[in-house]
Amino acid sequence: MFEILLDATVKAGTPILFATLGAIINERAGIINLGIEGLMLVGALAGFAGTYLSGSLLVGVVLAFCATFIAGSIHALITVQLRGNQIVSGLALTMFGVGITALFGKGMVGKTIVGFERVAIPGLSKIPIIGKAFFNQDLLVYFSFLLVFLIWFFFYRTRWGLAMRSVGQNPAAADTCGFSVSKYRFLAVTVGSGFVGIGGAYLSLASTPMWIENMTAGRGWIAVALVIFASWSSPRAMFGAYLFGGITAMQLRFQAMGTNVSAHVLQMLPYIFTIIVLVISTVRLQKGGNQQPEGLGLPYDREDRK
Amino acid sequence: MKLVLERREMLSPMLRFSAPVASIGVALFVAGFFLLASGVNPLLAYREIIVEALGSGYGLSETLVKATPLIFAGLGVSLAFRMQIWNIGAEGQIYMGAMGATWVALFSGIHNHWLMLLAMFVAAFLCGGLWAGVAGILRAYWQVNEVIVTLLMNYIAILGVDYLVYGPWKDPNGFNFPLTAQFSDAARLTEYFNTRMHSGFFLALFCALVLYVFMERTVWGYEIKVIGNNQNAAQYAGMNTRTAIFAVLFLSGAIAGIAGFSEVAGLQHRLQHGISPGYGYTAIIIAWLAKRSAIGVVIVAFLMGVILVGGDSLQIMWQLPVAFVYAFQGLILFFLLAADFFIIYRLKLIRGSSHV
Amino acid sequence: MTDILQINNIRKTFPGVVALDDVSFTVGRGEIHTLLGENGAGKSTLMNVLTGLYHPDCGNITIAGEAVHFTSPRDSIRCGIGMVHQHFMLVPAHSVFENILLALEKVPNFFNRKVYKEKINQIIAEFDLDLDLDTPVWKLSIGAQQWIELIKLLLRDCQLLILDEPTAVLTPQETERLFSVLNRLKGQGKSIIFISHKMREVMEISDSVTILKKGRSVTTLERGNFDEAKLAALMIGNDKIPEWEKSGQVEDVDVLDIQSLSVQNDRGLADLDDFNLQLKKGEILGIAGVAGNGQKALAEVLTGLKKATHGKIMAGGEDITNSDAKDSYIAGISHVPEDRKAIGIAPDMSVADNLIMKNFKGNAFTNWIFQNKAAIHQNGAAKVKQFDIKAGPAGTPVRYLSGGNIQKVIIARELSEQPNVLVALYPTRGLDIGSAEYVHQVIVDGTKRGMSTILIAEDLDELLKLSDRIAVMFRGKLIGYVDPTNTTRETIGLMMSGVTPEVVA
Repeated sequence: MFEILLDATVKAGTPILFATLGAIINERAGIINLGIEGLMLVGALAGFAGTYLSGSLLVGVVLAFCATFIAGSIHALITVQLRGNQIVSGLALTMFGVGITALFGKGMVGKTIVGFERVAIPGLSKIPIIGKAFFNQDLLVYFSFLLVFLIWFFFYRTRWGLAMRSVGQNPAAADTCGFSVSKYRFLAVTVGSGFVGIGGAYLSLASTPMWIENMTAGRGWIAVALVIFASWSSPRAMFGAYLFGGITAMQLRFQAMGTNVSAHVLQMLPYIFTIIVLVISTVRLQKGGNQQPEGLGLPYDREDRK
Repeated sequence: MKLVLERREMLSPMLRFSAPVASIGVALFVAGFFLLASGVNPLLAYREIIVEALGSGYGLSETLVKATPLIFAGLGVSLAFRMQIWNIGAEGQIYMGAMGATWVALFSGIHNHWLMLLAMFVAAFLCGGLWAGVAGILRAYWQVNEVIVTLLMNYIAILGVDYLVYGPWKDPNGFNFPLTAQFSDAARLTEYFNTRMHSGFFLALFCALVLYVFMERTVWGYEIKVIGNNQNAAQYAGMNTRTAIFAVLFLSGAIAGIAGFSEVAGLQHRLQHGISPGYGYTAIIIAWLAKRSAIGVVIVAFLMGVILVGGDSLQIMWQLPVAFVYAFQGLILFFLLAADFFIIYRLKLIRGSSHV
Repeated sequence: MTDILQINNIRKTFPGVVALDDVSFTVGRGEIHTLLGENGAGKSTLMNVLTGLYHPDCGNITIAGEAVHFTSPRDSIRCGIGMVHQHFMLVPAHSVFENILLALEKVPNFFNRKVYKEKINQIIAEFDLDLDLDTPVWKLSIGAQQWIELIKLLLRDCQLLILDEPTAVLTPQETERLFSVLNRLKGQGKSIIFISHKMREVMEISDSVTILKKGRSVTTLERGNFDEAKLAALMIGNDKIPEWEKSGQVEDVDVLDIQSLSVQNDRGLADLDDFNLQLKKGEILGIAGVAGNGQKALAEVLTGLKKATHGKIMAGGEDITNSDAKDSYIAGISHVPEDRKAIGIAPDMSVADNLIMKNFKGNAFTNWIFQNKAAIHQNGAAKVKQFDIKAGPAGTPVRYLSGGNIQKVIIARELSEQPNVLVALYPTRGLDIGSAEYVHQVIVDGTKRGMSTILIAEDLDELLKLSDRIAVMFRGKLIGYVDPTNTTRETIGLMMSGVTPEVVA
């Protein structure tokens, strides 16, 4: 019972994890991206269509990354190069993503593919209780583990990562040290968006191998909230995503068991939970040294005289 | 040679006015390619939109029907914008407003027409306001990001209404459809000219007028403008920004809530699943396009009404998904943001880089 | 050997402002070259041009004999130019190590932390500094942060170091230490551009001085050809400084009695710590201290922007620490250069609207819940005339006004309520001589009708000229009072570094 629940937790948490990691990369460089929901949809559709047309899951995932990389570059262009309002641009990206995937996804509705299958890692998957949930999953889940580590390593052990964090904290400081603020920000937005797209593709390639219009159902927004919960750290994002996955898994479990509680009420739980978590983590952030990148949401204009 | 940017000294009013118009034009142009890609001739499609939405008395009445909730929600969102507060939850607030009004209509037992409408109005106002007020309190006292809270609460509101219309409030004679029983005549707004157009539209115009006076003529409007322009200066001048943040989000949600009242009392005459097909999201664009003006909200809401009515007919003629309208709205915003840039900056050529 | 730097006819304009207008000078190798000029003369703008942050409109820069065109700070770094900005270019949330590493060139992407930590620690030891590499920068004092900035340049092996008003945040003793380091660097053949407007420091350290005035380079003088009087005359030009009569109307009545007041900042550290101060009626009480020793917190707690964690503010026997009565009793001009637009005004609103910001609910400007637009406009027009504010056509947003005129708007607003106490925080920083004198005039005029003023400033000359008494602050505490007519700069300087004087005047 617990094992099944834990397994469902990881499955439900993985798309959110990818999306949260992508959003963290964006925000670390100082750009708020509220387009996560739309990007996930673009990734989901691109991943599904790529796999459906080519027959290869790898092609699907790569296509999902590329499509959201391109969609993300719209946001990057507007917020970095054109110094536009990050909130409005992100909302526009979400709307655009919802609309464009509905339009182009019309032909994919009802099509089927063979999704990702479980690959047990020898040895590790035999660990009692957690072995099956974490090490008898599909390849994308393992990739998400790797990504958590790589992002942490990038930010805290490489010079590029240090520069990117500095760009998000104090762009003028990075600029005077000779780092191009716009280059780092542009890369953070586009690459971050790419990982968000893989999160979307997880939905259409692994969770339920099909394309459904608006299939993200608010997960992108939950990811945006989890970034704050994770205080911009990738290992904590993992924790947050699985916490959310756990709530979802339990809610599904309750439904399957056929409780008297309405399905609609149960479906509210993850959103309510996310708001509560958001409040708690915001309050906590203000008490202990705030870890929010100080340049978050502010366009950088070198010649702006303050 | 290298291009650099320079801030313009004074913002040109010409550019200010032409930029939104131009961005809608460019968005139409780009959207045309997406239409082409899905096998629809964009010229025919755009013609269809104009003819359907503006070409006949009935079409025009339908456009006004769509514009009505958009005006309310747009006013609500733009009020919060004035204070740099982002109310992305108008959608949920519409649902809550509709729920409140429906509760009064179905269960209050009031028989007097005006009393009934007043009670429904107040219920919608309060429900929408309190729904947004939650985000207001969280933001005012704990600096919780109101964008995320208002947005997540949309999902909760929609599921809440679903719970009611699939469950306790379901019409026993409704063939198991997710809707409530029909309202009595006492709970209905007046309809005109044998169309679906109802007095909610005039209420919306009145609401725009009230809001205009509120913002431009009252001390509260002044306070909101100061806080929106510079919160630190406002605190320094002794204004209570916390109360103001809560009050503005409450009012913002309340006005969006009236849209819910207007929809159930004027149009649907019952509560049902999907009572708002995303008016709350369109309202964000309306508020952004209209910049700071209540009058602007009315004009842009009308334009969006045209697009929505046209979008419905595209769906019927070419089976295009309704959500395509979102893609179009996203494009408008993108180009508007890009246009803003060229309003503020100009490009300048300088001699290129060379060094030792 | 060619000169390290040559600047010819540089011009730079911002929307509505000519910041630099034909600046030329030359810096030789192994020379400490001072740029002297008043606030607003264009020193910082010039340096931002030199470090590639700003593009000049015209003119040229030659480094070691070769013409250069900087399009970004990277170009400037490659030419061996390094700068300690007045507002430090540090990431407060990052550790000392991360901040320094960011500035180093040729660090491989996958670097060895140990090797670089050792390298940095070497320099720290060489200059006998006390810095822990793993401490986040925000925990350090301003003085320590400046050393980090300097270390960044030393590790980068810069040939031309620019220091923008480095002594503004240092005690006189720390300043001496900095000067000995600079002289040592000079000995190693490095060139230094030193920016200041403090005459004594300029006299002490400079090999040559270029004077900037209103965006123009007036002249360059070599050591031996200048003295304080000559520099002052060149810097200020023909603008006359009238001598103030001190008000002399101080009554021996305490209008404010601040008793062991403590205030914490956002990070939970004490900005004011058991602070005591007495203000007499009709007095101008100057507050001296190195920036960042609690002056801002004092102004904020008095004007109600911050809450005291401990202690009392008494006015005429009444405790007004957290009472609303304070608002009508005390008016504050909170004004730091970077804060003028940030907290003093609503930049997109008109002058008239800004002038009523503190009294917008008052009967004079309202009819029931509605604003009395006619009265607001009338008040605006009257204040613009009275304070000689150059505001452009009615309705112009305040953001388009010059710094001096914005300051006049703020002062006009603060004084319109006839306050008993005025708290002025750096009221003349960044203003031209004319505007600064006007502000002084307004404050002195105020005392004539019994207003008391707390004048917080960093320029000792300003304090000595205006104040009836000077209180010295250090690390959030009151060190003592001095009588401006009977003290020395050295005494004040020592007190600013925390030394309690045996004899307090």
